[in-house]
Amino acid sequence: MSKNEPKTPPGSSFLEEVVDASKVDIRACYQCRKCSAGCPVVSAMDILPNQVIRQIQYGRREKVLTSGSIWICASCHTCSVRCPNDIDFAQVMDALRHIALRSGISAGEKGIPVFHKSFLDSIKSAGRIHELSLILRFKLKTRDFLKDAGLGWQMFRRGKIKVFPQSFTGGKEVKAIFNAYERGATK
Amino acid sequence: MKDVTYYPGCSLHGTAREYDESFRGVSKLLDISLHELEDWTCCGSTSAHCSDEALAVALPVRNLRIAERHDREMVVPCVACYSRFKAAEAGAKEHPEYLPSPYEAKVSVRYALDFFCDAAMIGEVKARVVKPLTGLKVACYYGCLAVRPPHLTGVVKYENPDHMDRLMEMLGAEAVPWSYKTDCCGASLVMTRTDIVVDLSQRILSMALEAGADCIVTGCTMCHANLDTRQAGLPAEGGRNGIPVLYFTEAMGLAMGHKEAGKWLGRHLTDPIKALSNKGLL
Repeated sequence: MSKNEPKTPPGSSFLEEVVDASKVDIRACYQCRKCSAGCPVVSAMDILPNQVIRQIQYGRREKVLTSGSIWICASCHTCSVRCPNDIDFAQVMDALRHIALRSGISAGEKGIPVFHKSFLDSIKSAGRIHELSLILRFKLKTRDFLKDAGLGWQMFRRGKIKVFPQSFTGGKEVKAIFNAYERGATK
Repeated sequence: MKDVTYYPGCSLHGTAREYDESFRGVSKLLDISLHELEDWTCCGSTSAHCSDEALAVALPVRNLRIAERHDREMVVPCVACYSRFKAAEAGAKEHPEYLPSPYEAKVSVRYALDFFCDAAMIGEVKARVVKPLTGLKVACYYGCLAVRPPHLTGVVKYENPDHMDRLMEMLGAEAVPWSYKTDCCGASLVMTRTDIVVDLSQRILSMALEAGADCIVTGCTMCHANLDTRQAGLPAEGGRNGIPVLYFTEAMGLAMGHKEAGKWLGRHLTDPIKALSNKGLL
């Protein structure tokens, strides 16, 4: 365990922190690996789903929260429906991402949380996702302007890309929702 | 005439424009009057539920509260939005502290595919078929969120669903059996880990080709975008190295003889018009 390992609240283990945040009892796992066998994105993961559970039980907070796996998970819920012990692992992955963001830990897959942030910033500013604005917002952060540019042009030609965002009047309510989120995130 | 509230979601006003157009088109032919939810906002999608649980409840609930002003069910064609609405209903009940005031989930939210597959509605669809899709082999691709998690979707046969297959057969098409109906396409990873999405999408496309399908039919905007646009380099199967991907509402519109079906299909990147014309369906 590294010296920089973020501390869990006194008197509680990482296991308790995850169970508390996810409301999923991962202590029921008997390592049958069905979650990893059915996971469509497992080949891109640095720790397999069943290993994530074991590492949580070992209390390896930093290893789990800095893994690429928690961001690679596509939330397809295949693991959750196949677990013989009814462990909703997709829910656990959500909880791990939330803990990682709140802890300010550097993500193992940098681009994915950056994309989520761009997405949420777009909702905050315009209420709806205007796809072109979102893509530009994200590309400004990643500086990868050429990726899929040809594809974007083909979609534009077929009338699938709107140039201007739509007008929106629910701004106050959406701001209030995001203010509550941002207050919670800095707690 | 049946009145329903329509929540389009962000994609249907952009890259999934043909899903919006075909959903509106077939609803009109079925005497369903759509009332677009006034002043709707984004459901929060993957990014909200990956970031914060309370945010993932609050964003959809804002729309549900507006929908409650009307005595109508709300139909949602985008399955990703639908999934967030169902999750928010459950989340609001379990965690009232996520919201400034209680939300009682009085409005009925339906996924468009489930809505058209209802026993009563499917009869209406059958009665309006004027150009049966005879000879068209379709691979029904449900993706993840149309079936999972089943405690939110209510789908019983979530490992091998067949409601879209039955709808397609009602239209005169032949739904081929295949094993990738509910496999993930990688969804929103397309912006960040395009490599994963290309790999997953091409597996699905290859399996549909191997099953002998003429086209894939889906009801998910992310699945459609990924499958329709990531076909470059697809290994050839039986002399074909591409396969059109239709929204199920486009297939319905074709079978119901909707005049604008050609316009909707013209928006796809993998051309479906040639294959459908060869079968005499367009």
